[in-house]
Amino acid sequence: MPTVTMTVNGRNVSVDVEPHTLLVQALREKLRLTGTHVGCDTSQCGACVVHVNGRAIKSCTMLAVQAQGADVITIEGLANGSKLHPMQEAFRDNHGLQCGFCTPGMIMSAVDIVKRKGNDLDEHTIREELEGNLCRCTGYHNIVKAIAAGAKAMKSGARA
Amino acid sequence: MHTFAYHRPANTRQAAALLAKKETKALAGGQTLLPALKLRLTSVDNVVDLGGIKGLDAIQAKGRNLVVGAMARHAQVATSPVVKKALPALAALAEQIGDPHVRNAGTLGGSIANNDPSADYPAACLGLGATIVTNKRKIPADRFFKGLFETALGRGEIILQVVFPLPKCAAYMKFPNPASRFALVGVFVADFGKEVRVAVTGAGEDGVFRAKDMEAALKKKFTAASLDGIKVPTRGIMSDIHADAAYRAHLVGVMAKRAVAAAGG
Repeated sequence: MPTVTMTVNGRNVSVDVEPHTLLVQALREKLRLTGTHVGCDTSQCGACVVHVNGRAIKSCTMLAVQAQGADVITIEGLANGSKLHPMQEAFRDNHGLQCGFCTPGMIMSAVDIVKRKGNDLDEHTIREELEGNLCRCTGYHNIVKAIAAGAKAMKSGARA
Repeated sequence: MHTFAYHRPANTRQAAALLAKKETKALAGGQTLLPALKLRLTSVDNVVDLGGIKGLDAIQAKGRNLVVGAMARHAQVATSPVVKKALPALAALAEQIGDPHVRNAGTLGGSIANNDPSADYPAACLGLGATIVTNKRKIPADRFFKGLFETALGRGEIILQVVFPLPKCAAYMKFPNPASRFALVGVFVADFGKEVRVAVTGAGEDGVFRAKDMEAALKKKFTAASLDGIKVPTRGIMSDIHADAAYRAHLVGVMAKRAVAAAGG
């Protein structure tokens, strides 16, 4: 059984996996980081988005063994202790979730969008960039508002 | 997913030796192979991960060519200042593939080795007359794409880079499937002066193809109006629940005109 050694949310971990274990399975089932969700399991919904070496990817479409040596950030790695990440805070403030299932992936994507596109995001950009994240509750409206607000809030010195 | 043995070679020589075995697949970005394995559309005994080989994702302008490494991810091509300057049509094409997360993982080499009939990159390779450089030889795009999910690649052969000749102008226009973002029809046009090339993806039953009638008309005058009256025959055009052959054939003409206009013609 292969062993994957990687950094997850700043912590060095070694996990025994099968060659065909997906990264999302390793995170959820081996490391018990169940904040990362499996929605569609067909690379479409984005509930499983995590950051691998600084890039947002769908962890249902990556083998755990491919993450050997990688730096992985999951939704659990965003908050600073009990203080929420500004993007998490913005989702709360703007009612950017209803059932919450897609939220971890939405927030991980949102943080990635800010990293690539900056802190001043217009609605069109946000909607285009959310191409790979599906939400079946909100109609996206408040998610878009939350991301715009979270992006601005991140300007004042937040991490990730 | 059926299980398999996983290999992560450190260089192309080792990778080629591993890939010479039967029932073995190369893993590049994994954005097609992994979903196919998960759905059990395919199963393999060995997976050879090319992600451990250094330097395969380099992008550089070399004289009158743009050379893109096979492991260059779509997001890398879309945002590369080198690509944007030398061949903006290719950067724009890469930006339209899948979604941001797919673009952060999927690669040029993976896309063309898979040769999905609705993928975007085959249109750029064929439309620009690119050369696919493998560990064994150099293959012109005209001889590389062999049909549905079929290429000229042999067993143990690995794409190292793709050499794109730089045209005077070029553009890619795609009518995306609204759900998958694969091309329902995509047309890449490139004007090299002495030659005009038009490549169509998403429409052909045998995958990407060149629209020779359009090329001839555009060679006389590189303007959208040159395509007036050219009817794309429905023979050999895909027909499925997303669009029938007549609709796709019509779209080829529409997308071609838009591409020529976008290229400045």
